[in-house]
Amino acid sequence: MANAKLEIIDMTKLYNNGDGVKNINITVEKGELLTLLGPSGCGKTTILRAIGGFNDIQGGDIRIDGNSIIALPPEKRPTAMVFQSYNLWPHMTVYDNMEFGLKLRKVPKAERKARISEMLEMVKMPGVEKKYPGQMSGGQQQRIAIARSLLLRPEVLLLDEPFSALDAKIRQQMREELRKIQTDLNITVVFVTHDQEEAMALSDRVIVMNKGSIEQCGSPAEIYDRPVSRYVADFIGEMNFLQIKGKTLAVRPEYVKVAPGKGGDLDGYVRTVMMLGHYVEMTMDTDYGIVKTFISEDESRAYHKGDPVAMTFSKQFEY
Amino acid sequence: MSMRQAMKPAHIARSLGKKRAGGVLILLVFMLFFYGPLLYMLPLAFANKYEYPAIAPTQYGFQWWKYVLDQPNVVEAIVNSFLFAFASTILALIICIPAAYVLARFKFKGRKFIMLLFLIGNAFPKIGMYTSIGIIYYRIGLMGTFLGVLLIHMLGTMMQMIWLPAGAFRSVPRHQEEAARDAGAGPIRTFFHVTLPIAWPGIAVAAMYAFIGSLGESVGTLMVGLPKYRTMMTEMYGVILDFPATAGAVFALIIVIPNIVLLMLMRNYIGGGALAKGFKMS
Ligand SMILES: Nc1ncnc2c1ncn2[C@@H]1O[C@H](COP(=O)(O)OP(=O)(O)O)[C@@H](O)[C@H]1O
Ligand SMILES: [Mg+2]
Repeated sequence: MANAKLEIIDMTKLYNNGDGVKNINITVEKGELLTLLGPSGCGKTTILRAIGGFNDIQGGDIRIDGNSIIALPPEKRPTAMVFQSYNLWPHMTVYDNMEFGLKLRKVPKAERKARISEMLEMVKMPGVEKKYPGQMSGGQQQRIAIARSLLLRPEVLLLDEPFSALDAKIRQQMREELRKIQTDLNITVVFVTHDQEEAMALSDRVIVMNKGSIEQCGSPAEIYDRPVSRYVADFIGEMNFLQIKGKTLAVRPEYVKVAPGKGGDLDGYVRTVMMLGHYVEMTMDTDYGIVKTFISEDESRAYHKGDPVAMTFSKQFEY
Repeated sequence: MSMRQAMKPAHIARSLGKKRAGGVLILLVFMLFFYGPLLYMLPLAFANKYEYPAIAPTQYGFQWWKYVLDQPNVVEAIVNSFLFAFASTILALIICIPAAYVLARFKFKGRKFIMLLFLIGNAFPKIGMYTSIGIIYYRIGLMGTFLGVLLIHMLGTMMQMIWLPAGAFRSVPRHQEEAARDAGAGPIRTFFHVTLPIAWPGIAVAAMYAFIGSLGESVGTLMVGLPKYRTMMTEMYGVILDFPATAGAVFALIIVIPNIVLLMLMRNYIGGGALAKGFKMS
């Protein structure tokens, strides 16, 4: 592949206790932001640490620009990694933290200074050079950690749930800023999260993982619109599951159209009507389980608990 | 509420709550118990004249300081004490820090056992250990040598010098070390630029213990070093036996002063908060 920046080929990494990941194949293109998504313990960090050089692997290969990197220690790899927490060195100022890697690369002093202040500008934290990590909030520390990694101009940036310790509002903001910086600098990023919303909002492509292996890989829209398995359908977005004659029918709430009365694809009775801001969530009891849909406030006036509802499905999946 | 009213003991007790007041009382008794003898040393050391039945010295001055410092061996003993303290602390640091790091970071068979071994060494009665060491020393010619005394001093500090730094190393978040590797530093540079500085408060506390412990070492030095190597502690034995308590107080102060200076220096150097953190065993 001409544009492949990072290739993981049939990689296996198992810990002594048998946990780990098996036969992983991933290709990341230059300038792409790829997300590894899955519940806690499914092996996301294991893959990321293998790329960064912190896990040696039992089988397969990892290549950057076509060259195998598996024999290299972390300090020789053209990757940079940001962890969930404890990234910064607490005994060094922000400036010293950022300068560390540049010094090792023998960047001249004046250039170091210029690059650091430029990078601090980019992560919207100018003037914090003299602060110690302990004097900053968690969000600010993660910004500096990302800035410190970006300074080293890595071929591939590895981010392991960098925002998951932050509160929702800051997380959202950091996400947007990261996406902007990533596209501006055209850097290749592998991002790890267990938060499907974060994955959908941020990524060019998402890999959904399940117990140490890859379940589906595709753009956020593909994964949302065509989940290949019940697992993915369940994990991404909201989904109604109906057990009908040994088969599982899956329908997203927004594809459930409702009308008062009977005679739809499926009939049921109103169970709850809940106002959720600018829309209303309605659930219905049916013979095959509970179905959820979203309607407008106007529409919702026609429905009361126990009323019959006729449902039609504009799109459905079968598993 | 007037100021005077607020200051009444009953008020204080009430505002603190009965439990708190009880706690404060216990603390006061404890402090008296702990610092009382120390405080008593001060007037004692500066007493020129202090005879029964006077409660406090009747005349103050430096008479006994002069007397003590005029003793022929005292200056040599002071020099020796610090020589052994510095040498044994530095040597123990050089030997124990790598060992502590290995014990903290690498999982291998017998790791727990080795840690325990250092504890057991401290559990033996010292005097018994020194006797057997004495026998070995005679055999290999270490009796009455500088190295022999130095090793005795180091032996006493081994436990803290392994356990405290190992705890300090273990509490360094791994991600901080990995971030250094990631930034391009090799394992050795990572150790000296990241791991060691972050673990430093715990190591400094251990070094301080070692230093103070060496200054206070007496029995081993007596058995192995005499008559060639006299320290303040071994001299003190003689002084206490032969002269009034005043001379002993002077000696004790001479030994306490460097310890206090050391504590102050440490406080300023690594900061009170970090020092407190270093004291916590993990
Ligand atoms: N150092 C290790 N030793 C043994 N098992 C591990 C180790 N690290 C992770 N695991 C196990 O491997 C699996 C995957 O872990 P991880 O990659 O951290 O998952 P994730 O990042 O997706 O939460 C988990 O079952 C975890 O318990
Ligand atoms: Mg993880």
